[in-house]
Amino acid sequence: MSAARRTPLYEEHLAAGAKMVDFAGWEMPIHYGSQLKEHNTVRTGAGVFDVSHMTVVDITGADAKAWLQKLIANDVAKLGFTGKALYSGMLNEDGGVVDDLIVYLADDGYRMVVNAGTTDKDLAWMTRQAEGFAVTLTPRKDLAMLAVQGPAAVERVCAARPQWADAIRSLKVFQGLPFDAWFVARTGYTGEDGVEIMLPAGDAAAFFRELLALGVEPIGLGARDTLRLEAGMNLYGHDMDETVSPLEAGMGWTLAMKDGRDFIGRQALEAKLAAGVAMRQVGLVLEGRGVLREGQRVVVEGVGEGVITSGTFSPTLGHSIAIARVPFATGESATVDLRGTLTPVRVVKLPFVRGGKKVFE
Amino acid sequence: MSNIPAELKYVTSHEWLRLEADGSVTVGITEHAQELLGDIVFVELPKVGAQLAAEEQAGVVESVKAASDVYAPIAGEVLAVNEALEGTPELANSEPYGEGWFFRIRPANAADLDSLLDAAAYAAEIGA
Repeated sequence: MSAARRTPLYEEHLAAGAKMVDFAGWEMPIHYGSQLKEHNTVRTGAGVFDVSHMTVVDITGADAKAWLQKLIANDVAKLGFTGKALYSGMLNEDGGVVDDLIVYLADDGYRMVVNAGTTDKDLAWMTRQAEGFAVTLTPRKDLAMLAVQGPAAVERVCAARPQWADAIRSLKVFQGLPFDAWFVARTGYTGEDGVEIMLPAGDAAAFFRELLALGVEPIGLGARDTLRLEAGMNLYGHDMDETVSPLEAGMGWTLAMKDGRDFIGRQALEAKLAAGVAMRQVGLVLEGRGVLREGQRVVVEGVGEGVITSGTFSPTLGHSIAIARVPFATGESATVDLRGTLTPVRVVKLPFVRGGKKVFE
Repeated sequence: MSNIPAELKYVTSHEWLRLEADGSVTVGITEHAQELLGDIVFVELPKVGAQLAAEEQAGVVESVKAASDVYAPIAGEVLAVNEALEGTPELANSEPYGEGWFFRIRPANAADLDSLLDAAAYAAEIGA
């Protein structure tokens, strides 16, 4: 086990009072005092996350498009202009999820952002699949990445970079633009408005301090998890992995299967669709006391059993919520084995929260 | 560095005990325990009148991060529980030795306190 890696913002986290933990081999801030307070800041104001542990990979070469059309389950042909973003799963031959990612169209190819914990495996898989294609993969270890999220996030970033403000404000959701060596995109993992910024590692600390001076609060990985869970967004390695089909992990909308495009995993998905999909992803709501946790058993009377893939206390709603994989025929109620007691929960459609408000029925 | 008041007694499951003037004993969780748990969102307490054995489960603390059992550090009858934790469980984070207390018991055997950890021994236990 090698020593934990540090992002260019390590010293800034310590200066801001962070409690640091190991996350996928990186020393990252879990919180800066209170995870609940940080969560609420992102729902009502503006917060900044260090996501420099994630990996940016630039993809260039004459076959870049053809290769991505084979590599990932969503179709990069949908990317109509430079800076447009697409969310996709990268599947194995069995139709399991190797990783989930965002890919942007760039002037000279594509830019992909993959998870920190899966980076080594992803790069090995991608390199293997690149055989026979004129494609070059360049992991951008020289870049840092910040996510600035919350209803006030875009205006704070514009205040920090007034010369770019009009262009940043004009970005629609899932669109980005390059600004010199920086790239700013209207994307995120919180269910709030905001941007994700890739920038040279050497610029990151000063920009982080500028944002804090403008009233943006630093937010740790703890709140990142409760925010994404309220937003109904999957976390790789929890809500899906190589043994889980995207059809059973709420990722059906990312599978571009209408044309005959031969992407990795397509045959397995078609076989599963023909045989019948056994499970589906739902939200669970526990309005009483207690907290739903990952790994707890979901029992649907007369139907079968499922499992909670992510669970937490929802700071916005004031009660517990979970993402679960349950039998396809599950109705509007189920029970969860909560520390030995089968406790009734409601089954709802994801997400739970968008734009700071409860959205499920 | 965790605050470990010198006048209290401790057990390795991270509860503290304070002997009151009337012979009853107040129990809560230590500052170190609340730091490990993070933001506390629910606290389940024993029933007033319950007879607890030493090391018997007396409640549950749920934080955003994890669920953790709370144990009776010594045997006794539950005299009172901190009802404020029902609506404001974060008191266990902000004032673990004060307003965030959990329950009060009448010890079955007052001498049981003598064998528990003092502040120095608890500090050594948690590596503080």
